[in-house]
Amino acid sequence: MAENNPFPGENNTGHFWDGNLRELNNPPPRWWMIAFWVSVAWWVLYAILYPMWPALPGMSDGKEDFTPGILGWSSIKEYEQGMAQVQAVRAQYDEQIAGMSPDQIIADPGLLQYTLASSKVLFGDYCAGCHGSGGQGNPGYPVLADDDWLYGGSLGKITESITNGRKGAMTAHAAILTDDEIDGLSQFVVELADGGGGSEAGWALYNEKGCNACHGVKGDGVLAELPNGEVVTVGAANLTDSIWRFRPGGYESAKHTIKYGVNQPGVDETRDAVMPAFSNVGQLEGKLTPQQIKMLTVYVHQLGGGQ
Amino acid sequence: MSESTSGGAQSVGMDEIYAEAEQWHVNTGNETIHAKRIPGRWRTIKWLAASVWLIFFLGPYLRWDGRQAVLFDIPNRQYHLFGVTVLPQDFWMLSLLLLFFAILLAVATALAGRVYCGYFCFQTVWTDIFTLIEEKLEGSPAQRRKLAESALSARKVRIKVVKHLAWVAIGFVTGFSFVAWFYGADKLWQDFFVGGANVAVYASVVLFTVGTYVLAGWLREQVCFWLCPYARIQGVMLDRTTVVPTYDEQRGEPRGRMRKGETQAAQSLGDCVDCNQCVAVCPTGVDIRNGQQEGCITCGLCIDACNAVMDKLGRPRGLIRYASLDEMEGQSVPALAARPRVWVYGTILVLALSGIIYGLSSLATIELKVLHERAPLFVQLSDGSIQNKYTLKVLNKSSEDLMVSVSVQSAVPVTVSGAEEPIAARHGEVSPGIVFVKIDRTNLEAENMPLTFVATTTLPDGTEVEAIRESAFFGPKP
Repeated sequence: MAENNPFPGENNTGHFWDGNLRELNNPPPRWWMIAFWVSVAWWVLYAILYPMWPALPGMSDGKEDFTPGILGWSSIKEYEQGMAQVQAVRAQYDEQIAGMSPDQIIADPGLLQYTLASSKVLFGDYCAGCHGSGGQGNPGYPVLADDDWLYGGSLGKITESITNGRKGAMTAHAAILTDDEIDGLSQFVVELADGGGGSEAGWALYNEKGCNACHGVKGDGVLAELPNGEVVTVGAANLTDSIWRFRPGGYESAKHTIKYGVNQPGVDETRDAVMPAFSNVGQLEGKLTPQQIKMLTVYVHQLGGGQ
Repeated sequence: MSESTSGGAQSVGMDEIYAEAEQWHVNTGNETIHAKRIPGRWRTIKWLAASVWLIFFLGPYLRWDGRQAVLFDIPNRQYHLFGVTVLPQDFWMLSLLLLFFAILLAVATALAGRVYCGYFCFQTVWTDIFTLIEEKLEGSPAQRRKLAESALSARKVRIKVVKHLAWVAIGFVTGFSFVAWFYGADKLWQDFFVGGANVAVYASVVLFTVGTYVLAGWLREQVCFWLCPYARIQGVMLDRTTVVPTYDEQRGEPRGRMRKGETQAAQSLGDCVDCNQCVAVCPTGVDIRNGQQEGCITCGLCIDACNAVMDKLGRPRGLIRYASLDEMEGQSVPALAARPRVWVYGTILVLALSGIIYGLSSLATIELKVLHERAPLFVQLSDGSIQNKYTLKVLNKSSEDLMVSVSVQSAVPVTVSGAEEPIAARHGEVSPGIVFVKIDRTNLEAENMPLTFVATTTLPDGTEVEAIRESAFFGPKP
């Protein structure tokens, strides 16, 4: 063909159509070809070193269904190694915490920082759903960042609340009291919350109807004070401060609570006030270990209102 | 050179040069450039400028206060500059430093072309050293070319092996010195040769050794032509007033070979005798007589070459000289102070520099950050008072552990809890602390009240330092 090439001196393949259409031979530059073959070599090397091919049927050793590569690297392994490193760092703190009481943890600035940082995640997972991300509470769910505690804000009481849960109870008074009495008590509760101290008639009605049995003789929810400073409560709200257990609070809200009570079976409009138990003792799936409860106790105590 | 020198004597000197001239032509990247080395004024300046790089090699051995004077300690995130320690928190100064050097590059280019390329750039300097070694081992450009074409012989192998070993050695010293700035020179000498340094150290040294060897040994001017972005943007940085090595066309043209026996008086052609010496000495192989071009790194070596020839011919120097386009065309050149570029670039330079000086002179020993809790923004306590929660972050930039006391200043009485004990702030670290501030409902003046946190500490030498941070106290509508 070359002898009758109509385009001599041109680097063509000798293929012609229609007289002047021809295929030219323009090889890529040498550096390009070198880079190309280096890439191919890299690809082969990669297949040898790293996981690459799905295993043929029957070839997988039951664990991995791909060629593992001689380096034995996999992203899951890398992740697990990373996690093991994190765990190793955490372990030295966790071991110390295991042998300490919550107040000892609080006294140690380093451990306290570790506990607060690591419990933030626990709090987010287990507590924030009801109590809010920063313990700011939600309607029906108490604020944990204030110093108003239904069951006590000491470390011991907080541990108890998380471990065993809490369930409030208040009788529905709609059928027990007259409308006037309910109205009077509701107004009395608002007076107390506003800091007025309450009228004499109000106090008389409060004591006569037995409210003091749970809310205490002073109306602050305290039934007795123990010599060690702890208080005995049944979870009844402190009526003398301006913090309302059931928000938004105020006259109508108080009236509703008095009429329908709290956690009353058979009463449709009753208030719900249940906190589940979070202890995993008894191998409960998805619950907290005593160590986790200890750390959460410290976290909740440090939210702003621990006693 | 006297006027009376005879034309015949000039021609004798020129014959050799013309014999060489056959060799020189513009390189387009497909052959190795073997530039001729000749002494001269710009060659001397080039060496002086290149010697600035000695700092790179010797700097790590400077001591200050019992430690390396300049050490960029990346694992510990501490950057020591003589007496000053800079932490990552102060790195805004680095952006100012980069701005300063970027603008310096711009202003230098606008005024005098690629002076950085020609005199300071590591690619230029290292290539210069590499070719110097080549010349010492292989001889003049003609000998080098001959050696390259000659068949393989024991002599050729010996020369080539020594040359490449020398190049690799320089590459290694370059990498070793670079790492010393980051790893500490003492420690590097102790650890490196017994395998005690980490992978990053060895990888960096290998990378630098290979990089230096390939870039300065093999790629050379091709880096300036095809790899370096700065060479690409110079076109927009030069203007008609920029002073660059320029061929005086009006004086030189029409160029042509000098005829034997021609005298000064009977000269029929321009001053350029077409000896190609300017091309011969060019490290990037360009012909400056074609005007300013991308390959020209403005190193001035062609000026030296041309002046030497002009001296030989008894003609005035400066056929190629540092001059601007306007100057060459006989137009008036505005004074430096009358060019807007000088003022704009100068202002940015001064601003960046003053920012760096301010930053370095006001490096605080401790820094306080106050993060206000957002959920809840505030909490009402059972006595009616309002409480806000703050997370404090105390950064200790000193080299000692410090006890930092925190106090709160406010226009109304506040109760602070959590700050009774000073915060133990470890050196070079951020130490957190939680503080609660309580304000009585009756003292609440607005939904948002200013609050000032003051952290104070006593340094080991007895001086008191403090860090102040403004924050706010939030509450319900009073």
